[in-house]
Amino acid sequence: MHGRPRKPLKPEDAAASAAKAEKLRVLQSQFLHNHHNHIYSKEAVELSTKLLETNPELYTAWNYRKLAVQHKLTENDSDPDSLKSILDEELRVVESALRQNFKSYGAWHHRKWILSKGHSSIDNELRLLDKFQKADSRNFHAWNYRRFVAASMNRSEEDELKYTEDMICNNFSNYSAWHNRSLLLSNLLKRKVEGFVSKEKVLPDEYEFVHQAIFTDPDDQSGWFYHLWLLDQTVRVDSPQLVSSWPTPGSDLILLGDRCLDGCASSPFTRFHLDSRTFPLVLYFNQAVEGVNSSTITVDSELNTNKDLVWKPLSSCNSKAAQVWVTQLNLPDGNTHSSKVFPVEVSLGHSQGIISSSGFHYSNPFCFAFRVSLQFVETQPVEALGKEIISWRDESFHNYNAHSQDSSPISSLYQLSIKNDNELTDFEWRAATIAKEIDHFRELLSLINCKIGKLTLARLLMAHDAMMCPPANKISHSEEVLELYNDLMRLDPTHVQYYKDQHSLVLLQQVTSNWESLLSRCFHYSNSPSNRGSPMCLQLKNLSLSRLGSFDKLLWVQMLDLSHNELRSIEGLEALQLLSCLNLSNNILGSFTALEPIRQLKSLRALNISYNEIGAHSIDTTKYLCSSPLSHSVGSEWNHGQTVIDDDIKSYWEAYFILKGLNLTQFDIVGNAIVNEKFKSFLIKVLPGLKWLDGEQLH
Amino acid sequence: MGELAADKHVKYIISVEKKKDSFESVVMEHLRLNGAYWGLTTLDILGKLDAVDEEDVISWILKCQDESGGFAGNIGHDPHVLYTLSAVQVLALFDKVDILDADKVSNYIVGLQNEDGSFSGDIWGEVDTRFSYIAICCLSILQRLDKINVDKAVEYIVSCKNLDGGFGCTPGGESHAGQIFCCVGALAIAGALHHVDKDLLGWWLCERQVKSGGLNGRPEKLPDVCYSWWVLSSLIMIDRVHWINKDKLVKFILDCQDMENGGISDRPDDAVDVFHTYFGVAGLSLLEYPGLKPIDPAYALPVDVVNRIFFSKK
Repeated sequence: MHGRPRKPLKPEDAAASAAKAEKLRVLQSQFLHNHHNHIYSKEAVELSTKLLETNPELYTAWNYRKLAVQHKLTENDSDPDSLKSILDEELRVVESALRQNFKSYGAWHHRKWILSKGHSSIDNELRLLDKFQKADSRNFHAWNYRRFVAASMNRSEEDELKYTEDMICNNFSNYSAWHNRSLLLSNLLKRKVEGFVSKEKVLPDEYEFVHQAIFTDPDDQSGWFYHLWLLDQTVRVDSPQLVSSWPTPGSDLILLGDRCLDGCASSPFTRFHLDSRTFPLVLYFNQAVEGVNSSTITVDSELNTNKDLVWKPLSSCNSKAAQVWVTQLNLPDGNTHSSKVFPVEVSLGHSQGIISSSGFHYSNPFCFAFRVSLQFVETQPVEALGKEIISWRDESFHNYNAHSQDSSPISSLYQLSIKNDNELTDFEWRAATIAKEIDHFRELLSLINCKIGKLTLARLLMAHDAMMCPPANKISHSEEVLELYNDLMRLDPTHVQYYKDQHSLVLLQQVTSNWESLLSRCFHYSNSPSNRGSPMCLQLKNLSLSRLGSFDKLLWVQMLDLSHNELRSIEGLEALQLLSCLNLSNNILGSFTALEPIRQLKSLRALNISYNEIGAHSIDTTKYLCSSPLSHSVGSEWNHGQTVIDDDIKSYWEAYFILKGLNLTQFDIVGNAIVNEKFKSFLIKVLPGLKWLDGEQLH
Repeated sequence: MGELAADKHVKYIISVEKKKDSFESVVMEHLRLNGAYWGLTTLDILGKLDAVDEEDVISWILKCQDESGGFAGNIGHDPHVLYTLSAVQVLALFDKVDILDADKVSNYIVGLQNEDGSFSGDIWGEVDTRFSYIAICCLSILQRLDKINVDKAVEYIVSCKNLDGGFGCTPGGESHAGQIFCCVGALAIAGALHHVDKDLLGWWLCERQVKSGGLNGRPEKLPDVCYSWWVLSSLIMIDRVHWINKDKLVKFILDCQDMENGGISDRPDDAVDVFHTYFGVAGLSLLEYPGLKPIDPAYALPVDVVNRIFFSKK
């Protein structure tokens, strides 16, 4: 089926082929007869040998042979010699079949089945494997079989590691050998086998080893992924860390209820509009974790009883693990003239239970506090969100002027940088290794302008900056990294969108890295400039962003303008639990399923997805990433509590699923291919609280 | 850019179906049920499923069913999950899944789940993540997925995840696009894609695109049209397909057509076969090539067929 040249069949060939076919058909028919009638005579078995030696894919024949062996074994079970010769004959047939097609699953499995009987010489197997490796060093069947043989022989992982070294030295371009090496080394390090106790001792040689491959032929991919794995081993902190939270540690929050506030002297970063009786407490970890609950997190305040708090993971498809967790705290009781301050203390790490998917526990006891007060002033109706239509036009926004008293709320965003104790002891070696790698790759790039050089250097520089957090250290490589990704877009245009996504992530890191940069993008929203009680909007529009990130720095955002970018995904946006107004217009979102993150944004009231590509694509790339009826873990919900799955829901199931739980008051969707009168009336049914659709007031 | 010679491919597939006497055909007789799936799904994508006799096909398929409930590759051969999935998929194309005793077929598959959550291909015990995909996909179409231990099945698949983000046949097996498709597809259907590191795997997958625009199955190997399916559908399921150049891939697939006799080959100017014809056309469907029915990347069946199964419950 593979690698045969296209030739027209000449008439004489067709005749020969038909004759061959007829002969084969007779043999196969005879074989099936023997099989169905359990005939295991010498001739019958030889017939199957003949068939398998020319067509090892005839899987029923391998089954037949196993039955024949079982039959012979019951007849001869007292004679070890004849037992061995029966099994050896099988091994001979397999070898012969493999010569015909050394990728035949049936042949390899038969061999394994024979060896598992425990009567055959296993040393032979390693010799056989050597022969196969010489013929094709990338044959994954052989490598899999080798793992089986090595385990059966109790061959040490160190010996197998040496084997991969030999294979690589023979030929660097052997991804299979590098893969096996990473697997073995990873196991040895995990088990802390003698000689592999510390990464610090082991990794430097590995770096040198892989450099030889990469620097000899930078276009050969074989070493790339191994190097990426080494890099990950160097920078990764295994145990989960708390990266940020909202409310931020040390903050003084003023929560505004429905009624107005005027003449308020506090800053828009500490004032939050809420239209429910609760406010969120958000915890953002560096990786997905399970086990966040009222036993593992203690929230001490007058507002709630800790054990009654329910923590939710912000994940899709009912996964129990998430990077971001949220619980709801009660608003202080509404006494209109009270401005009593309620302190809240959050502590975690005091008891075991928070655990990452790889099995590492959160183990760093940490405690932080913030203060909350509630304000109501009944003098004027406020521009509360949802009471009036939001306009996203430039005229509605006014630059925020920073006052000195505001510097602390933002800078407190960056207080949260807990150093794990383990990390500190290894820090020297990790930092030195990254620095050395950076030098090596700068040197490579000075000699050869190559893709892997630039990409690796970009990754190394970002890893370096991440390790040097908190950014009290003023040196950041963001500009250089952005340049590298721009270079890569030109150097490797096939993968331009990959580099664009990385570029967007770095750009957002840069924008959110300090508060001056963030403040320059903050705008008052106000239809009447005199009202200073209005929400703050973060504007990240017109940045050619194709991907979002840095959510840990944006948990405080209530109003976000991401319009006029190139977003096809908003993965991760669910972390922004305070979002009430979101502008995603003029992007390239291709389906409703891509909006899955907004299902978790319970405070969202105004959503603008106008001028995107919803309905323009026949293929949905986020179908299986959202909690849909096609997802097994969620699908049963589709059946429960549905009175009628009417035709509308069937036609628009994606829209139905994403929107049905939301309390939107304002929705803009014009400029998407899916929009027509039928769809708009469907929307009005699904969003009963909607007041404005595409700028028009509804009744 | 060239064009898709849809009519030629339809004629080619029908001719293969009829031409049972060539040597190639006899040699592949044992997997004819797979061939039926490849050929008929291609016809459906091209809007020409009615070119075959539905009753003929279905009656032959039923003759391939063994008393165990599983299906063989052809009449008289032994049952195996590989052919059981193809049987169920072909019946789904014709909206005739309900002629099966769904419990009988699913019991065959359920009986093949091992303690560690893996699946054997048949009673002889070969274990491979391909079979995990087959089990999950097939049982899901039969709406019997709850009969297996889905959590354990997912656990086993995750144990086959490698350090490069990809998946192999068994724990420790090298990442290979075919296995990756099986594992990602299984996790997608099971609602467990959060176990995939999408960025890491996405990069590994997008680097399968070589200079010619075609995709290979693992590093430093030749491009092949069948990877237009295995790699492409994996990228689509994890929302990273924009990391490859779609236009170049379309061109590569179109270059692999035999414009005279129909059919698509693994590489330009090689011999064509039904296997590569299916993967080429399915790949073009995933790339939103005009005039083709959209195909679901996880079930490898047209989207309308999948919707019919899940949105028309009694």
